[in-house]
Amino acid sequence: MTPQTITLTASENDTMRVLVVEDDHETANYLIKGLRESGHVVDHAPDGVEGLEMARGQSYDAAIVDRMLPRLDGLSLVKRMREDGNETPVLFLSALGAVDDRVKGLKAGGDDYLTKPYAFAELLARVEALVRRRQPAAVQTRLQVGNLELDLLSRTAMRAGQPVDLQPREFLLLEYLMRHAGQVVTRTMLLENVWDYHFDPQTNVIDVHISRLRAKIDKGFDEPLLHTVRGAGYCLRAAA
Amino acid sequence: MRLLKLLRTTAFRLALVYVLVFAVSAGLLIGFIYLSTSSFMAAQTDETLNAEITGLEEQYRQRGLPGLRQIIIERSSRSESSLYLLANADLSRIAGNLSIWPADAEREPNGYMNFTYDRQVADGIEKRLARARQFRLPGNFYLLVGRDVVDRRGVEDLITDALLWAGALTLALGLLGGFVISRNMMSRIEAINRTSRDIMEGDLSRRVELTGIGDEFDELASNLNDMLDQISRLMAGMREVSDNIAHDLRTPLNRLRSRLEVTLMKPQGDQEYREALEQAISDADGLISTFNSLLLITRAESGVLRENFAPTDLSAIVRDMSELYEPVAEAKNIAFRAISGPPVTCRGDRSLISQALGNMIDNAIKYTPSGGAVSVWVQREAGTATLKVRDNGPGIPEADRARVLQRFVRLEASRHTPGSGLGLSLVAAVAQLHEGELQLDDAGPGLIASLRLPLDA
Repeated sequence: MTPQTITLTASENDTMRVLVVEDDHETANYLIKGLRESGHVVDHAPDGVEGLEMARGQSYDAAIVDRMLPRLDGLSLVKRMREDGNETPVLFLSALGAVDDRVKGLKAGGDDYLTKPYAFAELLARVEALVRRRQPAAVQTRLQVGNLELDLLSRTAMRAGQPVDLQPREFLLLEYLMRHAGQVVTRTMLLENVWDYHFDPQTNVIDVHISRLRAKIDKGFDEPLLHTVRGAGYCLRAAA
Repeated sequence: MRLLKLLRTTAFRLALVYVLVFAVSAGLLIGFIYLSTSSFMAAQTDETLNAEITGLEEQYRQRGLPGLRQIIIERSSRSESSLYLLANADLSRIAGNLSIWPADAEREPNGYMNFTYDRQVADGIEKRLARARQFRLPGNFYLLVGRDVVDRRGVEDLITDALLWAGALTLALGLLGGFVISRNMMSRIEAINRTSRDIMEGDLSRRVELTGIGDEFDELASNLNDMLDQISRLMAGMREVSDNIAHDLRTPLNRLRSRLEVTLMKPQGDQEYREALEQAISDADGLISTFNSLLLITRAESGVLRENFAPTDLSAIVRDMSELYEPVAEAKNIAFRAISGPPVTCRGDRSLISQALGNMIDNAIKYTPSGGAVSVWVQREAGTATLKVRDNGPGIPEADRARVLQRFVRLEASRHTPGSGLGLSLVAAVAQLHEGELQLDDAGPGLIASLRLPLDA
């Protein structure tokens, strides 16, 4: 069986309204172009004060905020937004990549943190994941994608009624993929959310784990669920 | 110019203040001595006067005016410092060694008076100071009993002069002392300044000379020297890092650039462009990853990450990292074994230790041929815990073991394996950060990598 490869397109989400607060024009332009070409609506603020005004004036699905901004820095901007009761998911962009910088960003009210330089695919996947996470979901005990089912209480998986034997970590991996079904999930997102590691393990260990999981859930089925998204990561989805 | 500089020095100002304080207190002491001496001498004069008056009064009571006259004549001829004058109603002299009744007397309310009189000396007449009391006797006679105080004043003047000289000498010696001390201090500070200037001009090998006295200046100089040593070491490290960065980032940057350039040389199909761009992105990712590793190693070596230290269970790290890498080994058909027992706690940074162990495992898997074996375990020894990764691959020749810990060093044999050459450097940096040690040993065949960390106290 050869792994399925799909090219990067907008996930099956509806169009998002995204606020980009970034002072470097070239960076901002690439970001806006990328987001628009992925089918999203983008507003841009070149500094913290304007960013805060725009966040107050309109409702966004997500905000992408640079940490170093003129007039009002990113951390303060997000703190003010949260004080206003604004719960828009925020992704911080920063050239500061140390662990405590990350922690500071999340403490100030950020929902995710991405260090420059980053891959656009990584950014897009993370923003989409943030928006999805914010949509209220009832407490689920079962997840389903196509004919793949995951029972969160008994911690068992079934594909087309056949039990799938999973190791504990494989179960967590599959759970994360199913919760983000239809979305692109990057290797770093998996490493952070399934393994809780915030570093680059050099060799692409995640690929090996994915191919193991793929062998367990897709092997012997005509219609694969776990897809590789070139240059970005993975996506679990049933055929339309 | 030098004098001006001297006057501006702290040492000189301190010496000056010291001299002033010393002079004022010496002055007060001297003044006190002067005042008490002179008032004692004045009191003694008055006492002598009173004794004399009591004597004369006695004579007068017993023998009357003629007796008084008689005794005054006697005493006048006997003494030079005692003065007598007996006068009648119009103050003309009857007897005594004063020729006329003093006219310009300065009278005190207690009956004493101070005046000048003329005394016959060898070479003429001398004006002299005296102190006296006067009485009016029945029958309109006047009596004056006094003493010459010129000698007493002389003693007073002598004391005053001596005291002034002493004061002036104190001031002069103090100034001289301050000058000498300040010159001495200045020359030693100047030595430090001279060395600093040499260093600023680029000669970082210069050091401040010690006098060997072991005083504060020596301490300052030796602290400065230690600081300079530290800076030199750091600079040497930086130079090495930048050399290595230049060396190892240049090659992939050049590859990236050539790839893009060659692609643009003649028109190509969409597919070719796409492939070239994807390759370029992959090159850039490689660069970013190398760059991040370098930054992390630098941060670990600088020690700032110690702030994040917390108790960390090494057994859990062995379990987690083994679980992460086990499929990688399996995919390469390598038997992977992880042994983890009860918690072994050390103080450190979980993320960095995990990363270091990950690199050790990654290395072992990478260099062990298919069909080989890799095992991972944590071992407790006195006061330390050691993370061990053993493989049965080709190992590292003993001569190369120290070298592979340096940044970017990759042995010829591994040129074709992917990797940045920073893996073991990071492990070594993590060991250094935790005050531990990375050791590479022969497993015969294969390699044992040991990361020794101090246990949590």
